[in-house]
Amino acid sequence: MQRPNALDLRRALTPSASFWAWTGTEANLGDRLFHGAAALCAFGVVAALAGMGVEMIRASLSSIERFGLGFVTEVTWDPVRELFGAAPFIFGTIVSSLLALAIAVPVAVGVAIFLAELAPAWLRTPASFVVELLAAIPSVVYGLWGVFVLAPWLRDTVQPALAAALGFLPFFGGPARGFGMLAGGLILAIMILPTIASVSRDVMVAVPTSYREAALALGATRFETVQVAVLPHAKAGIVGAVILGLGRALGETMAVTMVIGNRAEISASLFAPAATLASVIANEYAEATSDLYLAALSELGLMLFAVTLILNIGARLLVGKVGRAAPGVRGG
Amino acid sequence: MDAYRRRKVIDVGARAACVAATLLAVVPLVSVLAYVVVRGAAGLSWSFFTALPQPVGEAGGGVANAILGSLQLVGIACVLGVPVGVLAGIYLAEYGRGRFATAVRYAADVMSGIPSIAVGIFVYTLLVLSMRHFSALAGGVALAVLMLPTVTRTTEELLKLVPDSLREAGLALGVPRWRVVLKVVLRTGAPGIATGIMLAVARAAGETAPLLFTAFNNRFWSASLVEPIASLPVQIFTYAVSPYEEWHRQAWAAALVLVVLVLLMNAGARVLTRARGRSR
Amino acid sequence: MMAVEASREAAPTPGSAGDTARSAEARAAATAPAVKMQTEALRAWFGAHEVLKAVSLSIPERRVTAVIGPSGCGKSTFIRCLNRMHEVVPGARSAGAVLLDGVDIFERGVDPVLVRRRVGMVFQRANPFPAMSIADNVLAGLRLNGVRPRHPEEVVERALAQAALWDEVKDILSRSGASLSGGQQQRLCIARTLALEPEVVLMDEPCSALDPIATARIEELIHELKDRYTIVIVTHNMQQAARVSDFTAFFYIGELVEHGETDALFTRPQKARTEDYITGRFG
Ligand SMILES: Nc1ncnc2c1ncn2[C@@H]1O[C@H](COP(=O)(O)OP(=O)(O)OP(=O)(O)O)[C@@H](O)[C@H]1O
Ligand SMILES: [Mg+2]
Repeated sequence: MQRPNALDLRRALTPSASFWAWTGTEANLGDRLFHGAAALCAFGVVAALAGMGVEMIRASLSSIERFGLGFVTEVTWDPVRELFGAAPFIFGTIVSSLLALAIAVPVAVGVAIFLAELAPAWLRTPASFVVELLAAIPSVVYGLWGVFVLAPWLRDTVQPALAAALGFLPFFGGPARGFGMLAGGLILAIMILPTIASVSRDVMVAVPTSYREAALALGATRFETVQVAVLPHAKAGIVGAVILGLGRALGETMAVTMVIGNRAEISASLFAPAATLASVIANEYAEATSDLYLAALSELGLMLFAVTLILNIGARLLVGKVGRAAPGVRGG
Repeated sequence: MDAYRRRKVIDVGARAACVAATLLAVVPLVSVLAYVVVRGAAGLSWSFFTALPQPVGEAGGGVANAILGSLQLVGIACVLGVPVGVLAGIYLAEYGRGRFATAVRYAADVMSGIPSIAVGIFVYTLLVLSMRHFSALAGGVALAVLMLPTVTRTTEELLKLVPDSLREAGLALGVPRWRVVLKVVLRTGAPGIATGIMLAVARAAGETAPLLFTAFNNRFWSASLVEPIASLPVQIFTYAVSPYEEWHRQAWAAALVLVVLVLLMNAGARVLTRARGRSR
Repeated sequence: MMAVEASREAAPTPGSAGDTARSAEARAAATAPAVKMQTEALRAWFGAHEVLKAVSLSIPERRVTAVIGPSGCGKSTFIRCLNRMHEVVPGARSAGAVLLDGVDIFERGVDPVLVRRRVGMVFQRANPFPAMSIADNVLAGLRLNGVRPRHPEEVVERALAQAALWDEVKDILSRSGASLSGGQQQRLCIARTLALEPEVVLMDEPCSALDPIATARIEELIHELKDRYTIVIVTHNMQQAARVSDFTAFFYIGELVEHGETDALFTRPQKARTEDYITGRFG
């Protein structure tokens, strides 16, 4: 059989009918272009993340040079005198987030157990829907509610009662203002609860039914079944969910900014006003007058970026172990 | 028998605690929604949707520019973020093997956890500083960056659900791969991807923090990409922390509009998912 | 090459009436069918695992060639090599030559996309595009190739009629392709392939997911199609091979053991392995 030479090939392989307008090279070119465009966009994702880190370091350079490590421990934040210390904000961020976790985690795990294990089938979908609805409401709306509903309620009802009962503790000293650390922690708790609950629920649902049946067949009660068959397997995932929640709490901005009182002070009392890394950036970034001021604020942002980056990586490692892509969580 | 009774009590107690936790979790939601609806409805009027904000102390006025501004910002974000995100998702699902793809996936996951205010700083240094003023473009870019990881990963996940047999069918018809991807694979996954994009948009529409120092705010209409622009979330924030009664009323009304918009988009996304489930 | 030289007694009916060139060819083929495709020492690997060992086989034009053999012997790999669909599988490699009308489709510079347009494929599991209607499924091959037929309805009707599906679906053309029964879906996939007017149709166990009635319809269909198309069909069903094919190739662990006219191969197999297989002693 005689073979045509390479030059004849393309013609020989182009079907006779006229509508085959495409030639081989064009099709290849299309494939190459498309592949390239897609790869470029994919690279864009990496570039955006890397760019974020680089830009933030660049923006905070003059502050880093000026204050060094002392920035972290310095307690004075006085833009007028150009004295910038991050300690009050670090304190405020950590305390408000831990407060939020202390309130949200037990409730969220309870919700997750209810949704995954106890709720009758007809209730599971609507209940899960409500939990997801909670997560969909914009942060600024929670803040609005915090300003006009939560803070006044704390001021008039909760804080006087706490002061009367536990006023001897330093945490509950000082005047009842409503706006302050307690309000910040509480609103954060409300906002991170859906995240923790829904991720924990998914992790529990992923535990094979056969484990539960094994426990039930041994005569365990429903709750004992959860204890021995579900929670041990879901533990890593729940911890991951909590870390994701913490990541969100640390970076949550608007709602906290609106209720925390915004004062760069460190106080033992939960009633006192405070500020977080995110809240001070939200309040002052647009109005920062000097380059150093802007750099100091950027450095606060850089810290937030770095901490949430590390937390997210950690949480993903944990949740990933249970075989589930964790949803994105972020404060806004 | 005693031990049995104790176990029974613990069981009932623990289950009751779980139910109580769920009820407790629902309280703030009900409260937030109830306040937004009641107070918001009280603040709604025709001029609220059609008029510009009034200066302090003057009654009336509206947030028409902020509503339009939010739509513009979300529009810019979609134009920039959706094509890039979908293409990146296509890359991960169709070509994504090896280290680079793993890195992209990881970056997208991690990026979805970065606080939006940090994204605001990034865009500020990138665009606002170089352009020397706040702009709608900067706000839109910030929202696009926030949407990017969600759109990318949703697209990837949904394209991976498309069976390979359809890709084979397309290729066996002598269709170039890129066309198979666009016209067969993407089309098959489109309803789910649309759902994901809608959820991402709903989320972006409610973002406030990154807009504070990118899009900033504007008391007037703006159709320009390079001018500051008003948005509903920023308007709510500004009004809520102000000392004026009239502005508080408007903040609630604006919150109602925003919540309705966001929940509609969420519900729409859900309906889309369900409709798809039924047609299968 | 050897087996093809043997002529077949039954004269094939001419193709479409107006197509004089084709019927002339068909008359010529009546005595000695031309070789449409030919593999020369075709080898294929998945990773380090060699699944095709130097297979040389001729596929006569406008005849049905059946490929049989025990599971895992490389039948699917073989027919996928015929339109370069094996390249889609990660880790797959091949060597040797596959000639289509005398041109090696593996040669550098040959676009697999063009090969596949001339050599269509029907898969084991029906795979209509679920996001498209029945009519759009039929037109998919054309449209995806950027061709807008002047009269799409005619293309749809012709292809569906050729696939013996027209009567069943002519009133529901706008319904989703996924809404049909399994057998109908498979015929829809055949129609989708035929709409492109390929020269060769490869079928990889097209009936394995179907009931006997649907299977019978597809077999009838193959009979009708062989007037116009060169068909290669992989099947596990010996009776089916005997019923539908003119030539049969028997594969065993990557090797072509025996190849010849179907009647001869089934009645007087030359090799012991073939005999064992077709009499059901293994496989
Ligand atoms: N994707 C793959 N990756 C690795 N090895 C493969 C792959 N597909 C097939 N193989 C191997 O190639 C060999 C031939 O497979 P092939 O699918 O061609 O067999 P087959 O004759 O079609 O079998 P069956 O009758 O079961 O369809 C088998 O040994 C199989 O293990
Ligand atoms: Mg096979």
